[in-house]
Amino acid sequence: MADVATDVLEVIAKQAKTEPAKVTRETELADLNLESLDTIELIFALEEKFNIEIPYNANEASTAGINFTTAGDVIDAVAKLVAEQKGSAA
Amino acid sequence: MNRVVITGLGVCSPLGKNAAEFSATLKAGKSAIGPISIIETEGLITKIGAQVLDFDPNAYFESNKLPLYDRCTQFALVAAREAIAQSGLDFRNGLGARSATIIGSGVGGQGTQDENYQRLYLQGAKRCHPLTIPKLMINAPCCHITMEHGITGPSFVVASACSSANHAIGVAFQMVRAGMVEVAVTGGTEAVFTFGTIRGWEALRVMAPDTCRPFSLGRKGMVLGEGAAVMVIESRERALARGATIVAEILGFGTTSDASDIVMPALDGAAGAIAACLEDAKLAPEAVDYVNAHGTGTAANDITETKALHKVFGAHAKKLAVSSTKSMHGHTLGAAGAIELAATIAGMHGGFIPPTANYAEADPQCDLDYVPNEARSGAINVAISNSFAFGGHNAVVAVRRA
Repeated sequence: MADVATDVLEVIAKQAKTEPAKVTRETELADLNLESLDTIELIFALEEKFNIEIPYNANEASTAGINFTTAGDVIDAVAKLVAEQKGSAA
Repeated sequence: MNRVVITGLGVCSPLGKNAAEFSATLKAGKSAIGPISIIETEGLITKIGAQVLDFDPNAYFESNKLPLYDRCTQFALVAAREAIAQSGLDFRNGLGARSATIIGSGVGGQGTQDENYQRLYLQGAKRCHPLTIPKLMINAPCCHITMEHGITGPSFVVASACSSANHAIGVAFQMVRAGMVEVAVTGGTEAVFTFGTIRGWEALRVMAPDTCRPFSLGRKGMVLGEGAAVMVIESRERALARGATIVAEILGFGTTSDASDIVMPALDGAAGAIAACLEDAKLAPEAVDYVNAHGTGTAANDITETKALHKVFGAHAKKLAVSSTKSMHGHTLGAAGAIELAATIAGMHGGFIPPTANYAEADPQCDLDYVPNEARSGAINVAISNSFAFGGHNAVVAVRRA
């Protein structure tokens, strides 16, 4: 779980072109200046990294109970999906 | 400047493989969105689409011609035959040299590309079929129309993603209006149901898993469609002189570019194209009865398009009937403008306003009259048809009942 958290924060920081140290569980994705395609690229990067499918639809505030408001939301969702889908840190 | 009229219309779409069938299905408000069955869906997340079902190419084409015709070319040829037959024109008596063929397509022969690359990459094939390139090239539907009908004037394909067909019709309209050609065959075609294309669309995270509900609360995105619509256009003077039946008049064309985001729509670009179209058509906003909306069913488009209509039409916006027929024939991408202009004309002729199917509940941010779920009887005299594409290409066409 700790590894997932570190890895997710790294992926988010990379997509937001910022230092990993500047992204915490409380960081809101909206404050990272992620533009329209950045969120979709972020999800793709997470799916590739953890070998999971993330059910995300840009037209909904929340898809299958998952929302991506804060970095912590992303960590929790990825950890849950890794457990469910037997994904792995690639 | 010539006034420009439509004298032939052909459709090969999920709602019908000819214009009459298309019109009847539209009027019934019946959506063609359903389970994808023309390709294997294993490995796809998106299992729904609006397909041209029971389409047997052998019923339309000789077997020696088919190896050159991708599905998108087949649709275009079927629609062009119907349009040209209705117009009563013969291009082989000298008219062909004074006629243009301008067709829109977003991506061309995806089925051919997918099939050949699968053979190479997956099945270890040593070579491609020699007709691979001429079959998949995006201009193939256009050149086969010229060959089948002997149209030897200017011909090319316009590609601006989801605005391709409206741009094609707009360019053809301007050519006839300016007198560069006497007649133009124009429209759009698309056939994108391949594993690779659908996976690509899924990755954009804009595909609805249930259905397409434009402007409705609870909408979850777009649903892909396929098909073609083609029309024959000529100067009004020419059509009257030869006693042709006029289907509708094209009044104007407006087009702008957002020059901002590659996928997100922009209010100024969309509103600018609508306003430019009205200006070109010399139409007061109050003269417009109906808008065939771009209405993709995505969160972003439908709100932006509603705002754009408010911005251009002011108080009259609330009096407009606005519908997205994509709720029935899906998003046919490069064919969308042509199929949607055909839907507008079908309504004009049938005395009905095409509905927005699958409409569930009012969205406070989409506050216009979207003609929910059932066609409404009523006359459409003047209409506009909107297309707003990825890449920020906006194109709007205005038509009047003949």
